[in-house]
Amino acid sequence: MSAALLLGLGLGVAAAASGGALPARSRVPVAAVLTVAACVAALVAAARVLASGSAITVNSAQVLPLTGVTLVLDPLGAVFVITTAVVGVAASWYNVGYSGHSGHGGGRGRAGTALLPLFVTSLLAVPSAGSVATFLAAWELMALSSLFLLLTGHHRAEARDAAQWYAVMTHAGAAAILLAFVLLGAHAAGAQSFDGFGSFAAIRAGASGIPSGIRSLAFVLALAGFASKAGAVPLHVWLPRAHPEAPSPVSALMSGAMVNLGVYGIVRTGDDLLGGGQLWWWLVVAGLGAVSALFGALHAAASPDLKRLLAYSTVDNVGLVLIGVGASGALAVRGHRVLAALALIAALFQLVSHSAFKGCLFLAAGSVQQAAGTRDLDSLGGLLRRLPATAALFGIGALSVCALPPFSGFASEWLLLQGFLRGFSAHSAVIATALLAGVAALALTGGLTAAAFVKAFGIGFLGQPRTPAAASAGEAGVSMVGGTALLAVPCLVLGLIPGIAVPLLAKAAGTALSGSPAGAGGGRLAGPLRAEAGLAIAGTTDVIEPALLAAALAAGIALAWAVIRLRGRARGRAPAGGRAGAGARRAEAWGCGREVQTPRMQYTATSFAEPLQRVFEDVLRPDRDLDVSHLAESRYFEDALRYHNRIDDAVERGVYRPLTVAAGRWGEFARRAQNGSMHRYLGYGFAALVILLVVLA
Amino acid sequence: MSAVSPLVSAGVSVIQLGAAVTGGPLLYGLMAKVRARAEGRAGAPVRQPLLDLWKLAGKERIHAEHSSAVLPLAPLVVIATAATAAAIAPLISTGPALGRTCDAFVIVFLLLLGSVAVALAGLDTGTAFGGMGASRAMTIGALAEPALLVAVLALSIQAGTSNLPGIVSSTLAHPAWAVTPERLLALVALVIVVFAETGRIPVDNPSTHLELTMIHEAMILEYAGPELGLVTLGETMRLGLLLSLLANLFFPWGIATTASPLGLLLGLAALAGKTAAIAVAISIVEVSTAKLRLFRVPEILSAGFVLAVLAVITGLVMP
Amino acid sequence: MVTLRFMQLLPLLRSLFSRPVTERLPRPPGPRGGAGFGGSVQLRHVDAGSCNGCELEIASAFGPVYDAGRFGARLVASPRHADGVLVTGVVTRNMAVPLGKTLDAVPEPRVIVACGDCALGRGPFGGGYGVASSQGPLAAPDVAIPGCPPGPAAITQALRTLTGR
Repeated sequence: MSAALLLGLGLGVAAAASGGALPARSRVPVAAVLTVAACVAALVAAARVLASGSAITVNSAQVLPLTGVTLVLDPLGAVFVITTAVVGVAASWYNVGYSGHSGHGGGRGRAGTALLPLFVTSLLAVPSAGSVATFLAAWELMALSSLFLLLTGHHRAEARDAAQWYAVMTHAGAAAILLAFVLLGAHAAGAQSFDGFGSFAAIRAGASGIPSGIRSLAFVLALAGFASKAGAVPLHVWLPRAHPEAPSPVSALMSGAMVNLGVYGIVRTGDDLLGGGQLWWWLVVAGLGAVSALFGALHAAASPDLKRLLAYSTVDNVGLVLIGVGASGALAVRGHRVLAALALIAALFQLVSHSAFKGCLFLAAGSVQQAAGTRDLDSLGGLLRRLPATAALFGIGALSVCALPPFSGFASEWLLLQGFLRGFSAHSAVIATALLAGVAALALTGGLTAAAFVKAFGIGFLGQPRTPAAASAGEAGVSMVGGTALLAVPCLVLGLIPGIAVPLLAKAAGTALSGSPAGAGGGRLAGPLRAEAGLAIAGTTDVIEPALLAAALAAGIALAWAVIRLRGRARGRAPAGGRAGAGARRAEAWGCGREVQTPRMQYTATSFAEPLQRVFEDVLRPDRDLDVSHLAESRYFEDALRYHNRIDDAVERGVYRPLTVAAGRWGEFARRAQNGSMHRYLGYGFAALVILLVVLA
Repeated sequence: MSAVSPLVSAGVSVIQLGAAVTGGPLLYGLMAKVRARAEGRAGAPVRQPLLDLWKLAGKERIHAEHSSAVLPLAPLVVIATAATAAAIAPLISTGPALGRTCDAFVIVFLLLLGSVAVALAGLDTGTAFGGMGASRAMTIGALAEPALLVAVLALSIQAGTSNLPGIVSSTLAHPAWAVTPERLLALVALVIVVFAETGRIPVDNPSTHLELTMIHEAMILEYAGPELGLVTLGETMRLGLLLSLLANLFFPWGIATTASPLGLLLGLAALAGKTAAIAVAISIVEVSTAKLRLFRVPEILSAGFVLAVLAVITGLVMP
Repeated sequence: MVTLRFMQLLPLLRSLFSRPVTERLPRPPGPRGGAGFGGSVQLRHVDAGSCNGCELEIASAFGPVYDAGRFGARLVASPRHADGVLVTGVVTRNMAVPLGKTLDAVPEPRVIVACGDCALGRGPFGGGYGVASSQGPLAAPDVAIPGCPPGPAAITQALRTLTGR
């Protein structure tokens, strides 16, 4: 079992090496094949872990100095490895075609081709890490490789800006995580020697001995670092900048695999390592989740940039997952084992489902960006007829995000709602309040997400092309369409038979919660869900069977279509019925008899979102500007009108901009103190010496 | 109803489907008749929408020249979602086919699927009207969905299950639950949502001729013939479904709990009576109120949402 | 506030149960079954350069006293939803193309109803400089309603020949 895991990681490194070393023509395909092999090997290892329920452990004193490397792949980590592996396969395959067109992300350059497999390997290594050192090494590798992948677009100012924000925030988060783990490791069993220092097993064993204040501090630090990586408000500001600017396969990996690891870190630290913790921790997690969900959904609904819309939707979904994780932790602290397991299974299912549909959406958006040259929805349109396969795959992803039956988003959101519904029966006022906020957030985001994705699909793919670039867009190559389709398959499969994922997620949830007061040791769990093809909550009559729903819907569509065709044929045969054909006549769209109709008369993404923007004006605070230039002859007649509407991230404008401005002013002040004059520096030294003498005396 | 054979419950589903297909347009006709009488007119007969639909089925199909496959697909999706919901929801009896899997949230998301399909069709026409209708409809939906979800959740918390037949049966078993404050708050919230989802005054005027005041009508401006008939039939079925659920969730007495023919007949008659009464009440409200300005509609929908949240809180606080 | 609302509802409720003010009209001559639309006809009204006299009469025809709606006729906003166009006014040069486009947008089977003397080519404004040289589709309407303006009863009776009710 451990061989497969090591093979996977080794193949990933080999893929990176080949990507850097081989000549240009064979670089990308060989690296892609090796990365796919690495992902498959890791997937096999993770599948065996989930099937058997026992963990893989690998200990080695080599590779990392002082601490060595410890890999422990237990069922919780295995779920994340499987998710990452599938997204990694799709992204690597997609990259074969994507990198052929230079200009977006460096094309076939050595750096880009070597870094992508390295990124995938680090994403596989983080959930497999079994000690603090291994975890942090993999974490840092993940951060650096994604940062440099982002910088392959360095000729664009927005990419450089995004990389700057990403670099600062990910390293601040890593520092917080390091501090948290050091605090925990210091109290762990066997902390006196470096052998086994900071191994997760040792920390778990010694967690009960840590004073409660230190545990809370460690959790808060870890939460800050992991929540930032996951994209929870208010630490999310790097996400809407970095995800759109990265090359599309990297965006898919970031949204589909990297943000998952933020959630993994929170669950691992809080539930597993610290053994459940205190109630207020999990209420904070749920609160962050609720705010993120609302914030992300609102900004997604208001954004006219396709990839930025998808990035904010990631913030929204991570918020929903964090609400589930928070509810689960809170219920576990209070001892409601089965309810906690249900909430955690729902959160993990939402995470897995999100990886599938968000990866599919990002890859499809990348195909669109390459075909039409822009990702601004106001310039797209009519792409369903130009790129039918990509559009259909984007449609599957969009329907899944909106939680519409029979796709995976519907099953996962139903499960989340059930988790909340059952959680109310725990009869705890504090938990009920948190659950109520979660329910309100979930409900509000549902409608806003539907608006956002009707906008994305309707304005981007339907109607008439709004620019010549959109009118001349061509379908993407086989590898790009194939990579996207590979991620659309789980959207359908998990939607139609969600029951296949439930036992695996139940094992993962059991491993996570086994350390809490509700857990009875080991990974065995009494199953809050019955074993079925659909989803059924044990002990209740709540059940859904999406496969039957899909069959009923398909039958309804077929029946309605048959009725139309039969009536049309009957009408065609009738003497006074009019036209002979049973098909539809193609005619100019009704425009009130207008003589000229142009594509510019259609709604754009900005105008589509305008009513919502007006309703939520106080939160969004759009930056609006109307530029009017008049004719030279008379000021009564206008020559040109330019309308400019921009919505900035509200947290960035309200929290980060004042901070950066204050930091800048502080820097200015400090510059005045450091003006290069030797006399002043000698004066500082003298003053410091005098103060020291006074203090020490 | 668990001992009933699948054939019988399939039969019940077929009866419910037939009732929805004929009953929905009849409810539309009834509402038009009440409006006419309130205005002092004789008004078209109640069966007029059925005549309209039959005539539409025989007309020519026209597709806008820049549209894609989404335009003809959307009416099919609307009908399929409305028909599926009508077949599995507890309308006449608590045990139609697939009734075991008739979850309240399934109905909510099926209705959302229908709305999304029509909005996408509006954008597919490539005209300004379609985009305007889609934009307004999704904005109103974005605010009506939360109220609907939370109100349904309030009912589920009280009944202890989100299974619709289960909620109906629990109200039959505990009649006192029907007048609890949480029920009444959820009722008001759901009534506001029904006005928004079916596009009636004061949210939207279904018979307006001014495109700038249209919300739902603007999305279907480009449909002709059988496809228009399907969309209209789908909308009437949604109205019928929402009114039936309002009736059966809050006043379920009369619904059949066994598979006996007499019980089913009684259930059908009770459903017809209850939905007719609610339709008349809606029509009276429509006639006596003016349509709200578009940007005042979010206020009334937020009020509905707050009432739904209050319903949940009341249910948790008062056991 | 609530009492006021309730007091406003009383006359409304009373009118629901009282006799409507709609006049009875004798069945018009012509074949039963009308133009084959099965008792339901929707029309898109187009003002092709009218003085608004016919529009006022059409509004009356669909009003409480003459109520063409009880016979299955209805005015709709989109020609795609309609069975035909109801044209008033002499066809001006600017309205010739839009009228043609509106008629073309109506799905088959479709009818043209010419309402008023102007639409039938006999009105006081015929031959003016702004009038189109040919009447286009109005040259052979399916239903003609003469009069300047035709009374609402005439309009209603003409629509009944279409619906057959």
